[in-house]
Amino acid sequence: MIFQLILIFIMIILAVAASLFKDLINAVVACAAVSLITSILFYFLQAPDVAMAEAAIGAGLTTAVFIIAIRKTERYEK
Amino acid sequence: MTLMIFFGVIIIAVILALIRAVKGPTAPDRVVGVDIMVTITVALMVLLGIFFKRRIYLDVSLIYAVLSFVGVIAVARYLDKGL
Amino acid sequence: MNQIIGYIVMGVGVAFLFLGALGVFRFPDVYNRLQAGTKCTTLGAFLSIIGAGIVEPTWFLKCLIIAVFILFTNPISAHALARASYKSGVKLWDKSVVDKCKDFEECAKAQEDDK
Repeated sequence: MIFQLILIFIMIILAVAASLFKDLINAVVACAAVSLITSILFYFLQAPDVAMAEAAIGAGLTTAVFIIAIRKTERYEK
Repeated sequence: MTLMIFFGVIIIAVILALIRAVKGPTAPDRVVGVDIMVTITVALMVLLGIFFKRRIYLDVSLIYAVLSFVGVIAVARYLDKGL
Repeated sequence: MNQIIGYIVMGVGVAFLFLGALGVFRFPDVYNRLQAGTKCTTLGAFLSIIGAGIVEPTWFLKCLIIAVFILFTNPISAHALARASYKSGVKLWDKSVVDKCKDFEECAKAQEDDK
């Protein structure tokens, strides 16, 4: 129980940081970390299949797609 | 009991890497912090599989180890001014 | 007996993981952090996962696959990251003694550009 509380706290810190960064690369990296913590929380809730899907989508696909989008547009938020 | 001590140490390690990932001055610092968090978490998932005694939990850590590699390589290629 | 050996190996691995995270927290620049983080956490994750395989002998093959995969991919991603951060113009720490990459043309150009 205490582990889940600590993990939720870490996740809130990372989400706030992801919305505050001006450099979009940092925001993408923080999003990947949020998805990592989400995957562990699904794991604690005894849902390994959902955790697997979250790992596949959050860690690999979302990061790569966001990086391609940033490369096509611009890196720093105005 | 032993596993609980291990979980506590690993959570402290995750928090240390988290501080670096939030505060690091440049972008590669943050990527390093998150990469270390991912590696520590893969070990944590395997130990949790021992704790819950279900074999299917190992698959999650295998998939995470494979796909976080793809994410880090994508960010590194972008910083290299390529992709 | 199996249990005791497995827990000892696992404990050594967890200690290495903690030392790696401490190194990432305390070292002064990107390259030092990368070195501490990658070496310590690769060995730590390898030992913890192999220890888990020793505690539950029927899981040993799957654990070995995960461990070998981490052993292969972690240094590759660290190398790509170090190269990318050198090329994107991150400076070394003031007290670093040697910089071999400056002798090559492409690296020197990359550091000059962002000055």
